[in-house]
Order: sequence, then C-alpha cells, then structure tokens
Amino acid sequence: MSDTFDRLFDFEGTADLLALPFVQKALVAAAVLGVIAGLLAPLIVARGMAFAVHGTSELAFTGGAAALLAGVSVSLGAVVGAVAASLVFGILGLRRRDRDSVIGVVLAFGLGLGVLMLALYKGRSANKFGLLTGSIVSIDSTDLVVLAVCAVLVVVTLGVIYRPLLFASVDPTVAEAHGVPIRILGPVFAVLIGITTALAIPIVGAILVLTVMVTPGAAASRVSSSPVVVTLLAIGIAEVGLVGGTILSLGPGLPISGYATTLIFICYLVCRLIGRLRRS
Amino acid sequence: MGFGSRVLWSELNLDVAPGEFIAVLGPNGSGKSTLLKVLLGLVPLSAGRVTVAGGAATRGNSNVGYIPQQTTADPELSLRSRDLAGLGWAGHRFGKGLRGRRRRRQHVDHVLAAVGADTYADAPVGQLSGGELQRLRVAQALVGDPSVLLCDEPLLSLDLAHQHSITRLIDQRRHAADTAVLFVTHEINPILPMVDRVLYLVDGRFRVGTPAEVMTSGVLSDLYGTDVDVIKVRGRLIVVAATDSVPALPGHHVHHLDEHGPP
Repeated sequence: MSDTFDRLFDFEGTADLLALPFVQKALVAAAVLGVIAGLLAPLIVARGMAFAVHGTSELAFTGGAAALLAGVSVSLGAVVGAVAASLVFGILGLRRRDRDSVIGVVLAFGLGLGVLMLALYKGRSANKFGLLTGSIVSIDSTDLVVLAVCAVLVVVTLGVIYRPLLFASVDPTVAEAHGVPIRILGPVFAVLIGITTALAIPIVGAILVLTVMVTPGAAASRVSSSPVVVTLLAIGIAEVGLVGGTILSLGPGLPISGYATTLIFICYLVCRLIGRLRRS
Repeated sequence: MGFGSRVLWSELNLDVAPGEFIAVLGPNGSGKSTLLKVLLGLVPLSAGRVTVAGGAATRGNSNVGYIPQQTTADPELSLRSRDLAGLGWAGHRFGKGLRGRRRRRQHVDHVLAAVGADTYADAPVGQLSGGELQRLRVAQALVGDPSVLLCDEPLLSLDLAHQHSITRLIDQRRHAADTAVLFVTHEINPILPMVDRVLYLVDGRFRVGTPAEVMTSGVLSDLYGTDVDVIKVRGRLIVVAATDSVPALPGHHVHHLDEHGPP
C-alpha cells in the first residue's frame, strides 16, 4: 500500500525530466489544449453537450485505432474520426430529444470497432493504451505544427462566431428570431469540439476527454455568471489540470490523465463550495 | 400565406403606421406566429409582398425588436441579465464579439435603467422571476433601437401586475420613439387601452379595425361562423360562444383554462 503511495508522489526525478525536449513538448501541447478546451467548455455546458463530447472522443479513439492498424498517423486518424463523429451528431441530432439516442447508438458501434481494431494491431501495446488513457509518449507522436494549426483554427473560428453561438446557446428562440443561423452554427461548433477532442486524446486519452472539455466549464459556471469570467476561469482550471497534471506525472512515470482529472475535479469541488457559500 | 394546400390567410393587406399599436388575435393555428415569422424574414410569403421598416423582410433586421413568450431560464445558466439584454445588440452578427464592447455596455446599462431592470443587471438570468425576465426581454428588444416591435404573447403566464408593467413599457416606447407594435396575444384585455387596431385571424378569414369595430358579436360570429357574444364588463371584453362546439375561442377570461392548459 505505502509502495503505491510512494510511487504516486515520487517527484525526485521531476526537475531533471523537465529539461528533456519531449517533456517540454508535452507541456506546450498541454498548455495549448488547456486554452482551447477552456474556451469551449462553458459553451459545451450551456448547450448541454457533455454526452456529445464523450461520443466524439470515443469515435476519435476509433479513428486513432484504425490509423494505428493501417500504419498511418494516429493523430490524423483521431482528427478524422472526431470530426466525422461531430458532424454526424451535429446534423442528425439537431433536436435535443434525438441527440442523446443518436450519440448512444453511434458511440457504442464506434467503440466496438475500435476495440476490434486494437485487438488486431500487432505493434507495441503502449500505443494501444495511450489512445485510451493518454501518455506522455503518445503526446510525443503528435505533431506540434498540427496542434498549433488546429488550435489557431479553433480560436479564430470561435472569435468570429462567438456571439451568435452564445446567443443560440443561451437564448435559442430569440436568437432564431434575430436570424442567427442555428442550423449552421450547431455543426460548426460540433466540428470545433471534434478537432479539440482529437488534440486532447493523446494527452488525457479517449475515455477522459470530458475532464478537460466539460469539467472546467461546469466548475467555472458555479462561481460566476459572467460569460467572460467563466471562460477565463475555465481556461485557468484546464491549465492547472493539464500543465499541473503533466508535471506531477513525470516523476512517477504514470499517465497524465490520472493527475489531470484529479486536479480538475478538486477545482470543481472548490468551485461548487464557493458557489454554495456565495448563494447562501 | 399558406403551407401546402392549407391556406392560413390570403389577401391580407395591412399597413402599420409608425407608433401604431396593433393587436393580433385569433385561435391557435390561425397563423399569428407565422405572420411574425414572415415579418422576421424567417419564412417567405407564398404570394405577395412584405415590407418592414421601409425594406424587405430579412433575417436579422436590426430595425425589428422581438419579445418572446416568457420561459424560465436554466437556473445554472452562466448568463447575467446584462448579457441577455446585450445579445439584442447585434447578437446575431458574426465577428462582433470584442469590437464595440464599451459602447454596447453603456447602451445596455442605459436601456436596463429605462425598463427598471438595472437593479438586477448582474443577477444570473436563471434566478429571475417571470416578471423580471419579461422586463429584461423588453430591454433586449429595445437595445437594438428598433422601429418595429414584434411581441409574441409576452404576457403569457404573468400575473396581472406584471402584465401591466410590461404593457406600459411597450406603450411608453412606442410613444417615445414612434415604434410600431405588433402584439400577438390570446388576451386583449391587458392591452385594450393602448390598442389602435386589431387584426383578428380565424381559419383563413380575418378582420382589421379598431377594437370597437372588430370586437363585436356580429363580426366575431361572422369570423367563427357560429354565434359568438362579446360582452363588455367594466371596460373588459369577454367573448363567449353560444354553443360549446366552437373550438378554442382565444383568450378571454372565460376560456382562460382551455387556452393555457397543456398543449
């Protein structure tokens, strides 16, 4: 028991590891992901899309597994899978009532395919595991250029569509009356989610994408009602989780995701507590 | 105007003057909401021409303000009153997030104060009462400084005091800025003192005129094709069907429960 504990909090080699190029690359990737995930998270929460994010990440996993099997770039496969999934959800699930079941159906099938493809893959098992739970090694395989391009794309698109998207998300009836193109914004936002999900997978893994794309938004909205404050806070929380989680995971040599999810969950609990104290 | 073979109305010719207050009445499915959608540029007319504030009816026309029915917002929604009102200011335009923020803020503050919503400007929208929310809806519609105000049953599920305060705000606005008001409602009594003309739609038939001209037993019996009595009690109009076979006479106190029951 105490061995396990020692291993979890073994930070002896951390300083040395921080000097390594691949570690620094992982930190940059984590920081960039934190910005875009934090930007999207409050909108995901406002639109009630947590399950859609989960579905998208599972299909990014399917895409990644297919790429692994085919011997092409895993990150490319993940991006293709995630964007395809988000488009399907965005188009098929325009009505809220449909959305849940459409996501459930597609998610289950995609995950099944992914598991099958991983089983057929003959390469290193670390690659397999990395897709599901993320690892610092799998970040190393992400191209920083791809990451940067995707991040810029998400930020710029969001900059252009932010207000109509916020309008459509929080006040759909009046937004529609004002001529906000709701039918276009839904799929566009879904694609942004898809791209960000695909970037998140090597770092936190397919099954834990929710921790960076939903929890920061849910936490931040507990303590403020200002969209700007909530967004900045969500970015902050995502950064604490991702950068902090990466650093903490170095010494023990364990997946980032465990540390990141724990840090972000603690932030969530603190935010809930603050929110409750303020209201009473 | 119609969908497929169903005709909602035809040969409807209505000119609304600046500052005029028009009540749009009629049973469910008579095309009241469709009329608003046409004016908002969301639905094209199947035949004919529509002009709004001197131009074609287009989506996102900044000359048009819109006040919806009262709906409760999600209590957890991260949105303050001022944010909701601010979305009425070019909230549909792309790439307008950061530019003009200061001006927007000043303007929103000004309008919130004008409708008496400044006291809860920073409160989360999800925690407002129905009356507060509708007051905010008026601010949201006025923030764009519209010359036409379209109201889609904004008084529904409000108590009398709040109905009164909302209609007063709308009335003040049209006098102060010569804003034309189209007010879709089931219930004419709360707005009766300010209505200039009534557009009464029933099953493709319609009548336009002052309340005194339209809200009579003769005209409504003709529209509904059955005997309908209009009774005036203490300055209020009560519409009663002579038989029970008339489907859903819109919103008069007698039929209040029918109209607001589960859809």
